[in-house]
Amino acid sequence: MRNAFIDELIAAAQRNDNIALVVGDLGYGVVEPFAKKFPERFFNAGVAEQNMMGLCAGLASEGLHVFAYSIANFPTFRCAEQIRNDLDYHGLPVTVVAVGGGLAYGNLGYSHHAVQDYSLIRSFPNMLIAAPGDPMEVRACMRYLIKNPQPSYLRLGKAGEACVHSEVPEVEPGKWLTVKSGIDGGNAFLSTGAALALTSGLVKNHHEFEDLTISSLPLWGMKSKVLQADQLKKFSRVTTVEDHLIDGGFGSWLMESCVSKPDLLSKIRIKALDAKVCGMVGKQSTLNEQGGLTSELLCE
Amino acid sequence: MPSSVQLACEIRKSVLRMVHRAKASHVASALSVVDVLAVLYGEVMQLDNKNPKAESRDRFILSKGHACAAVYATLAEVGFIPKEQLNTYGDDFSWLMNHISHKVTGVEFSTGSLGHGLPFGVGKALAAKTRHSSWRTFVLLSDGEMDEGSNWEALMFAAHHKLSNLTAIIDYNKLQSLDSIANTLALEPLGEKLQAFGCDVLDVDGHDHSRLAEALSQSMGPKPTVVIAHTTKGKGVSFMENSVAWHYKNPTDEQLEQALLELECSNA
Repeated sequence: MRNAFIDELIAAAQRNDNIALVVGDLGYGVVEPFAKKFPERFFNAGVAEQNMMGLCAGLASEGLHVFAYSIANFPTFRCAEQIRNDLDYHGLPVTVVAVGGGLAYGNLGYSHHAVQDYSLIRSFPNMLIAAPGDPMEVRACMRYLIKNPQPSYLRLGKAGEACVHSEVPEVEPGKWLTVKSGIDGGNAFLSTGAALALTSGLVKNHHEFEDLTISSLPLWGMKSKVLQADQLKKFSRVTTVEDHLIDGGFGSWLMESCVSKPDLLSKIRIKALDAKVCGMVGKQSTLNEQGGLTSELLCE
Repeated sequence: MPSSVQLACEIRKSVLRMVHRAKASHVASALSVVDVLAVLYGEVMQLDNKNPKAESRDRFILSKGHACAAVYATLAEVGFIPKEQLNTYGDDFSWLMNHISHKVTGVEFSTGSLGHGLPFGVGKALAAKTRHSSWRTFVLLSDGEMDEGSNWEALMFAAHHKLSNLTAIIDYNKLQSLDSIANTLALEPLGEKLQAFGCDVLDVDGHDHSRLAEALSQSMGPKPTVVIAHTTKGKGVSFMENSVAWHYKNPTDEQLEQALLELECSNA
C-alpha cells in the first residue's frame, strides 16, 4: 500500500506544482523518491506533530494540497486538535496519511496500534476518510483525493498487501464498491480498509459463500452517511468488517446512518476488533485473531 | 489615514463599547495588543481593503484569539468591515464571535485554542519562501501561550528553514489567566531562550509606536524575528491595568463611561 501511495503521489506531483509532502521524520524507504524529485515541495517537520499539522494547514491555506505522512497514531491523536481546528474547520486540503492502520504494527506495542483512528477522524464533519482495502484501492483513493482536494485522512496498511482488485476501481465517497456480486436481496459483507483481505479470502476458501456479496467502502465520513440507506436496502443482511474497535468505528457509523430506520438497522451486524486486543502484543494476524477477525470467525 | 496613535485610540474605544455591549470577557487582553495592531495595520503591513485576498498582501494571524475584539475594531477602522458590524460582536449567529473568526473579511485564520497560530504562520511563511514571494507573515501571540510546546516546535522549524519572512510578536504583559507569568510557569530568560532557538529577538515597549514600527518593519534575515512587546494588560484604562480580574470581567455602564473618559482621545 505504501508503494502504491508514493507512486500515485509522485505521478500527481509531476502534473501539479501544488502537491507537497510533509513527513514527521518517518517514511524511510518510501518517501525518498519524492524528496529527490521535488526537494522544494518536500519537508521533514521532525518529531513534532502539532507543528507539522499546523504548518500543513498554513501551506494548504496558500493553495497547496499537502500530504502529511507519519505512522500509526502520531499524525492523528497526537495532533487531534490541529486536525479539528486547523484543517477540518477551515476546510483546508490536507490529507493526513497514517501508515500502519489497524494492527499492522502489532509487535511494536499499543502505542503503534491504530484501532481508534476512525472514531477520532469521523467525528470531524468535513474529514473524508480514505481507507483502501488493497493497493488498487490506494491508487483509486489517491486519484480521487488529488482531483478533489479536501480535509482528508488516508489510512494505509504497511507493504506487501495482495491486490484484490485486478484493476484500479472508480471510487466515490459513500459508495459501496462491489468486489464480488452475490444474489439480489441476499447477504453482504461490507469492509473498509485492510479488512478487505479477510472478506475476499472468505469467498475464496469457502464455496458455500458464493451467494454472498462482497463490498468494500474505501471513502466515507460524516458527509456520506446520507448515501447509506439506499445501499443497505438491497440486502437482507449486511455484516461490516473492520480492523478497528467497535466503539466509534465503521460498523457503528453505518448504524448511525440509519438510526431512524429500524428496519434497516436490524439488517446490520458488526465485526470489529474486541477491545481485549488493547495492550496485547503480537503479529497482526495473531492480534486480529485474538480480536475476532479471521475469515473463519467472520462465518460465525 | 489617521496616525497610528489616533488609530489605537479609536480601536480602544470600539473595544470597550463592544465588550460592554456583548458582556464579553478578555477586554484587558484586547487592550494589551491595540498598539501593536495599530502600528501593524496603520504603518507596517501591505494590505488592500478593496482586495482583502490580494496575493501580495502581508498575512496577519492572531494566535491569542481571545483578543479578537481589538482585531475586529482595527479591521473596521481600516476599512475591511463596516463599523456597524462591530455592534454584532458576540451576538447569536454573528460572524464576530468571541474568538477570532476566519469568516470575517480580512481575517486569515480562526484561533481560540492557544498554540495554533504560530505553526499555521510557519506554513504560510514556508509557502511564501518556496514560491519566492516577498510578502511577510506576522503572528501575534500571548505570553502565557508560550507555555504551549507547539510554539517551540514551530520556532525550531522556522529557524531551521531560515524563515526571515516570519515575525512573531509576543504580547508580554506578564499576566496569564490566574496569576502572573512568574508565578505560573516562568518564561524568563525569554529573550535568551528565543535566541537559543535560532531567532533574532527585539525587545520593545509594546505601547511605543515608533519603536514598534521600527521593530516590525525590519526583517533582518536570515533568521525569523521575534518581537517581545512589553505591554500592560488592560492598557489605557487605569482600573483595568495589570489586573487578572479584567481577563474575565466586562465593564458596567459607569465603568464604560469612565474608561472612555480616561482615553481622552477624541482630540488626539
